Amino acid sequence: MSATVEADPARPAGSAHPLAHRRPLGDRVFQILAASAGVLVLVILALIAISTSQQASSWFSTEGLKVFTADWNPATNSFGALSYIYGTVITAAIAIILAVPISVGVALLLTEVVPRRWAQPIVYVVDLLAVVPSVVWGLWGILVLAPWLQHVYTSIASAVNGIPVLGALFGPPVSGASFFTAGLILAFMITPIVTSLSREVIATVPAIDKEGAYALGATRLEMIQGAVWPHSQGGIVGAIMLGLGRAMGETIAAALVIGSSPVITSHLFAAGYSMPAVIANQFGEASGEFRAALIGLGVLLFVITIIVNLMARGIVERSARRKRGA
Amino acid sequence: MDQPEPNLATSTQLPKAAALQDTPPQDEVYAPAGSPVFDAQGVSIYYGSFRAVTDVSLTVYENEITAFIGPSGCGKTTVLRTLNRMNDLIPGARVEGGVHYRGASLYGTGVSPIAVRRRIGMVFQKPNPFPKSIYDNVAYGPRINGERNKAKLNEIVERSLRQAALWDEVKDRLSKSGLGLSGGQAQRLCIARTLAVEPDVVLMDEPCSALDPIATGRIEDLMHEIKSRYTIVIVTHNMQQATRVSDRTAFYSVLRDEKSDTRTGVLVEYGRTRQIFEDPRDSRTQAYVTGRVG
Repeated sequence: MSATVEADPARPAGSAHPLAHRRPLGDRVFQILAASAGVLVLVILALIAISTSQQASSWFSTEGLKVFTADWNPATNSFGALSYIYGTVITAAIAIILAVPISVGVALLLTEVVPRRWAQPIVYVVDLLAVVPSVVWGLWGILVLAPWLQHVYTSIASAVNGIPVLGALFGPPVSGASFFTAGLILAFMITPIVTSLSREVIATVPAIDKEGAYALGATRLEMIQGAVWPHSQGGIVGAIMLGLGRAMGETIAAALVIGSSPVITSHLFAAGYSMPAVIANQFGEASGEFRAALIGLGVLLFVITIIVNLMARGIVERSARRKRGA
Repeated sequence: MDQPEPNLATSTQLPKAAALQDTPPQDEVYAPAGSPVFDAQGVSIYYGSFRAVTDVSLTVYENEITAFIGPSGCGKTTVLRTLNRMNDLIPGARVEGGVHYRGASLYGTGVSPIAVRRRIGMVFQKPNPFPKSIYDNVAYGPRINGERNKAKLNEIVERSLRQAALWDEVKDRLSKSGLGLSGGQAQRLCIARTLAVEPDVVLMDEPCSALDPIATGRIEDLMHEIKSRYTIVIVTHNMQQATRVSDRTAFYSVLRDEKSDTRTGVLVEYGRTRQIFEDPRDSRTQAYVTGRVG
């Protein structure tokens, strides 16, 4: 007993105040464990940021703003990253445009339309998409999807060739492994997470709000617009942004189906490249300045995803504030 | 007491089938009743195999305020939600018996619950404004009814907020969120939202139970003001409120079946509010209104 009293330096032994209460040992141990786990995460994050930036620093210092040009040629030691940044943004955008309507639609279907006993099996199936390893997605994409898509792309391209906007987006050149194929595979990969997060957000809409809309004679769709949407739009935006972060960082699947061609073009059916894909494909044979540039790409990707996440957080918080009536 | 007044509801002797012959009154104390709005005959309500309410028969009259009172679990809210088919939203809910609204069966084939609810609005226990602006809250109903004209919507929003005695408090912040209002204001906003679709009937499910006495007084005044245009049915836990606002009162109670250990709500007595509180026919009503059970 006296040993535990001495263990507390804030209160000398024998001078216990009647209202003083020693927190039990288990409580303090738990606090220390929880705090150190939190600190550990931050330390790891900081170490990654510092060591990668350090290893990439020669790229940033020698290239300077030329980092943001499209001139990437290891033979001449020029490493402009723009075509990779462009490919990352385009494929992630395609993935979001394809995945979000499906995800939000399925989430609404599961929460508002389908009876609960049928909703659960659908949830399992959607969640199963999430456990498919990304290399399997990539192999399926390149072996099964890409050859088939090549035919589809070719017929679309010949149909829209020459039409102003459509021709620029969907006209030739065409490649089975392309920006669009990568975007499509990424869409498959992020659909489960966006669906399940949206579903959770929508499930928190109070029943009383839905009844309020129904009591005014709302149809199901009108109820969703009036009661569900204003409640959950912030959370759904957050889910979309999380999906966006995943789509931008996805490596193996994108590396397999994107076509590995560093070009900046409006043609979505053309072969392209993305930041994580080029790192995965070329890191093995890279050394010196080349290696620093690839690590630098990783640092840039890291910064971009952090910015996307901060923006998402801002949007979610602003919508929460607006809801509270500020 | 031995001479039953023909214009008052007869008491019901359960488990005998409740037979309420509520003819329009002719006495001078009360204004003559309007035409019947709701007519329920032998209504039982089930949730799955559970019988929540059994054998309710009553008539609700136009431009009157009808109060449903009774202890917890007596099914008064369940009956209220049957009147605009809100119970349809609960899986397994089922209504037996006849519920007629202005002569038409509410649960007849081809009756759309959406059309029903556009005529029979509802205000809930907890104020539930949408997380939208005050303006958009009130305009929501007219908009889903197809009103797109900006000037018309402005007019409807102002009229509804005035009817709900909220206009002066919010007219300068119509674009602010409805969630920023106090409890009483939020409830009046919900009433305005209901009135904006110009319903025939307003159902109120304990609309003041989350409010302080001043806000409650405001809502009660408001009910008196709008009853010339609407028919109101209110569920309340507060007997004083029933005596203050209502023309007729239905007292519900719980029937326990010892054998199967089930509880079922029953309508014990229905009549003029004054009669229910001053001259109840049923001993259970008397015990409840005098505060001996409840």
